[in-house]
Amino acid sequence: MDEQKLRLVYRVKPMDLASAGSVSSQIKVELQRSGIEDDVVRRVGIICFEAEMNMILYSVGGKLKVEVNSDKVEIFAEDEGPGIEDLNAAMEPGFSTAPPWAQDYGFGAGMGFPNMKLNSDVLEVDSKPGTGTKIRSVVYRRNTDETC
Amino acid sequence: MKIREIVEKIDGKLITGEEKLDEDVARGFAADLLSDVLALTEESTCLITGITGPQAVRVAEVLNIPLIIIARGKQPSKALVEAAKVASIPVILTDKTVFETCGILYSNGMKPCKIKIFQSVSDESDSFKD
Repeated sequence: MDEQKLRLVYRVKPMDLASAGSVSSQIKVELQRSGIEDDVVRRVGIICFEAEMNMILYSVGGKLKVEVNSDKVEIFAEDEGPGIEDLNAAMEPGFSTAPPWAQDYGFGAGMGFPNMKLNSDVLEVDSKPGTGTKIRSVVYRRNTDETC
Repeated sequence: MKIREIVEKIDGKLITGEEKLDEDVARGFAADLLSDVLALTEESTCLITGITGPQAVRVAEVLNIPLIIIARGKQPSKALVEAAKVASIPVILTDKTVFETCGILYSNGMKPCKIKIFQSVSDESDSFKD
């Protein structure tokens, strides 16, 4: 498969609840338009959605980048802080530090990282308090139908 | 079940997506938290929820959710209605609770959808449950 690499970059603004998810749905449309497999589009969409929501709710803002290659899709979510205090806890299903008001908007299930992990073939998270959080996720493009 | 039939059974009001009244929706899933919605795994699954913000439509777009039912008489935000119109996703409002809505739809033949089960952080498997 010899195709042109697709690269998407979006800015995610903090506390912008009204547009939460809009970057991810744009990414989904772009990937579909490029003929990426449905299963891959769905998984990338979920990973982006969770990363986008985390950035909106917890960070001071950041960037969501998606790179499409012939064999894989890579997602880079990088924010400028404040970083995650307890990364192990954040990976635990159900763990959330979302304020109660955020739950009224459907945030704070504590499934952000677990959902990202489940849909990624590779997930790397680098975060320390005081610095930003960097997430790299890889979804391999397979020819088998593993629609989930 | 056809969307037309769903509206009738739950005494609902369709506020967007009239053009899709005759589309079939095979499965249903109920959740009020967005990340829980993202655990649903099958196409043609409708979302029964109390979420009234536009995020519900964003999740629906990402997952190809064909129908959103907002229960408990909650009123959707203008932003949700606008987003649903743009995305051409039907939205039904009902005064019934999520529980009753699910009960009515289930007893009329709507099926649950499969979800991914999260065991623990160290669990690497993609487990599925019927």
